[in-house]
Amino acid sequence: MKNMTIKRMIPAVGLVAVVAAGLPAAAAGNITVKGSDTMVILGQRWAEEYMEKNPEVTIQVTGGGSGTGIAALVNGTTTLANSSRPIKPEEIEQAKRGKIDVVEFKAAMDGLAVVVNADNPIRSLTLKQVGMIYTGYIGNWKQVGGPDRRIIRYSRESNSGTYVFFKEHVLMNRDYAADSQTMPGTSAVAEAVARDPSGIGFGGVAYFATNPKLRIVPIARDDKTEPISPLLPGGAINFPAIWDQSYPIARYLYVYSAGRPEGAVKAYLDWILGPDGQAIVERIEYVPMPPSKG
Amino acid sequence: MSRAVVEQLALGLLRGLAMMILLATVLLLGSIAVGGARVIDWEFLTSGPTEGMTEGGIFPAIFGTICITLLMIFMALPLGVCAAIYMTEYSGTTRTARLIRASVNNLAGVPSIVFGLFGVGFFILFIGRSIDAVRGGGLLFGQPAMLWAAATLAVLVLPVIIVSTAEALTAVPRSHREAAFALGATRWQTVSRVVLPQARAGILTGSILSISRGAGETAPILFTGCAYFLPRLPVVHLSVPLTGLSIPMINPLDQFMELSYHIFIMATQSTDAAVTRPIQYGTTLVLVGLTVLLNVSAIGLRARYRRRPVTR
Amino acid sequence: MAQDAATTATVGRGLPARRRRIGPGEVIVEAFLRLNGFIAIAAIALIFVFLFKEGVQAFGTIAPGRFIQGNEVDFDNVPQVVRMWQPVGTNPKYSIIPLVLGSFLVALPATLLATLFGVACGIYLAEIAGKRTRELVKPAIELVAGVPSVVIGFFCLATLATLVQQTLGNVYRLNAFVGALGVAFVIVPVIATMTDDALRAVPDELRQGAHALGANRWETIARVVVPAGASGIIASVLLGMGRALGETMIVLMATGNAAQVTLNPFDSVRTMTATIAAELGAVPQGGEQYRALFLVGSILFTITFFINLAAELAVARMRRRLAL
Repeated sequence: MKNMTIKRMIPAVGLVAVVAAGLPAAAAGNITVKGSDTMVILGQRWAEEYMEKNPEVTIQVTGGGSGTGIAALVNGTTTLANSSRPIKPEEIEQAKRGKIDVVEFKAAMDGLAVVVNADNPIRSLTLKQVGMIYTGYIGNWKQVGGPDRRIIRYSRESNSGTYVFFKEHVLMNRDYAADSQTMPGTSAVAEAVARDPSGIGFGGVAYFATNPKLRIVPIARDDKTEPISPLLPGGAINFPAIWDQSYPIARYLYVYSAGRPEGAVKAYLDWILGPDGQAIVERIEYVPMPPSKG
Repeated sequence: MSRAVVEQLALGLLRGLAMMILLATVLLLGSIAVGGARVIDWEFLTSGPTEGMTEGGIFPAIFGTICITLLMIFMALPLGVCAAIYMTEYSGTTRTARLIRASVNNLAGVPSIVFGLFGVGFFILFIGRSIDAVRGGGLLFGQPAMLWAAATLAVLVLPVIIVSTAEALTAVPRSHREAAFALGATRWQTVSRVVLPQARAGILTGSILSISRGAGETAPILFTGCAYFLPRLPVVHLSVPLTGLSIPMINPLDQFMELSYHIFIMATQSTDAAVTRPIQYGTTLVLVGLTVLLNVSAIGLRARYRRRPVTR
Repeated sequence: MAQDAATTATVGRGLPARRRRIGPGEVIVEAFLRLNGFIAIAAIALIFVFLFKEGVQAFGTIAPGRFIQGNEVDFDNVPQVVRMWQPVGTNPKYSIIPLVLGSFLVALPATLLATLFGVACGIYLAEIAGKRTRELVKPAIELVAGVPSVVIGFFCLATLATLVQQTLGNVYRLNAFVGALGVAFVIVPVIATMTDDALRAVPDELRQGAHALGANRWETIARVVVPAGASGIIASVLLGMGRALGETMIVLMATGNAAQVTLNPFDSVRTMTATIAAELGAVPQGGEQYRALFLVGSILFTITFFINLAAELAVARMRRRLAL
């Protein structure tokens, strides 16, 4: 018995040593960023380039949706949260209960585009029409000047900031139609609408701009105003329309931090809001902050 | 129709249906192999993702999978084997034994997402936060980590280990135990020196099957420790005093990337699903290859063990 | 498999006590082993406790009636009663009706399909296949069981859904039917192996008796063997359905995740499992939606628990009938 037990114990003890030795872990200069799926490419690029210039800092970026990021901030499991919607008062309250003071930074802007399949002849839509489509009141493309086909709605999961923003500003807080298919990310929305001639979707314009199977629909604020597209005729993003909000579905992209940022975190945030960070925003086809805000 | 014709038709139908299943499997595996084969090369397996996860390899996911399954089996194997020993050798047909067996059967039927909920509610929030409260000094254990993900998976595979160990133990003929008792051995001596060694193959089979199961399950680790993209591996370097050496150790409090989670994330949430499709197929092929390899060796081991005559 | 372990092991007991030396270490060893033995009981009990502990707290802020239906106003401000699951918003809705319906809309067709193929496979393995064929096919079925469900889900999403839409022309590419196909694939091995075990447990005398009376192979199978093993087959189908209800990754990737009340399998649906998987990572702990998700988990656990219980009773009945 002794022989066999000892022989079996050695690998067990070895494994324990390997694992137990790793327990006291806490890397210094480690920044975690969680949150918006819309912002995750942006967040990763920021992290990649910043880490290249500052190798002693490690930045860990994960997506999961604005709701996930803010929840993580409230739970204390992340340093920074990316969000494509503003934080809600009850979330700030919850954070306060956990002794966390949430600080908000506006890091970029975005035009939320409405897309249809490239085969769909629709030329433009009013904000109200989009709202009625997504709440289920308009169910056929012919009701908005298109072919006689049922409208297939593609939407996002409820943890998505895009979902929440769209619900508040386009659906006027009404519910999405029950048959809206919830896709886990904007790229999934893009792929779904690209494959579906009757489909409609929404998301950050950067995801749709270069896809030849999609058409971004110009939106008019109401019956009397001109429809405006988040894209300029050449294919570049329509910065002015988004900055002055003449494009009706323009939004800020936020970075939230747990408490006033200090040290490495402050340096990173300053860099994001500075010219280097904003240049990356532009390169990835998001909208940098308007010039007057610097 | 004559009875003979009915018989031929019926048997043919049954044979046909059975073969259709195998055909479907071959098509499934074939399509994955075809889709993934062109992506797999040495670099794919040894480097990490780059360019916003649209290029590069999946090494961190492979590494994370190995780490989590090692940790899981380390937790589940001793527990499961001891529980099975108690069940078959010590408790016999008592009510306790029936209760344990019923619990094992029930555990086997719990949905995998419920294990995920359990992992969050029990391991992370209850155990983890309690440890942090006792430690004082901030949130360290009370958040998603490899440790808790492995614990969750360990509970999930516990029935597999208990059942295969129990099967292996009961396969040992009664005469062997009786002979040991006749020679004056105690119960534990009999179990540890006579029964257990002969059950080794069965225990090994169970371990391999549970490793395969653990590597493939996604739902339990979704919120207990998996991450979408980590810039570094879950290792920490410990410096050995007086020698200036630093030994890399697995850090169980870190988050990790994992193959099955990677497939899920890349297929549903990657930045451009069409561009990353080859990577998705490649990752799937690696995972399927891994699980098929493990399952085949487990099945082969069991076949060889069963063919060997137990009485010598 | 889990059911096989129920075979009672009586080795080790029944020998006179004076024949066994009880050393001092023995007591400690036995106590330690007993502790481990209780681990399975403890695990199930803890899962039960922690799931319901959080789930029940949901009733603190959400009235029980709201889990069935809620109130909303439409675009013209006309009040109406809706059954929706939309937990995020100014008027959160927690109706579980679309979720439960979604789970069953996937699980029932999947179980039906898998029963057809699985029982056929089981009968084939137990009664028709030659010894060598069986030694090849049975491990192959076990291999199918080993394919991770995320792989099946990926296959459904990437290939199968489009194939189905091209063949059947359904409106929604991702729907309950595609999910059901994937889930069926996963539970066929469960049903097949258990059916095979159940039929092999039927004593040979019954078959010989049937042959002696002039029955051919098919008649023996259909009228003697299968009825004898019926309880075991029923148990396997029940277990398969339990597994189908609990399946997460396939439905998360392939069903479209639309929480609507529908009985059309070609509509997109949202299952209980997919809801938990998609939303749990994003909620602040202790919040209302978090607790609601635990409640959904509790309901799911209860449903599968009773299905598994029914399966165990069927197995017990089978053993009694065959006097095992």
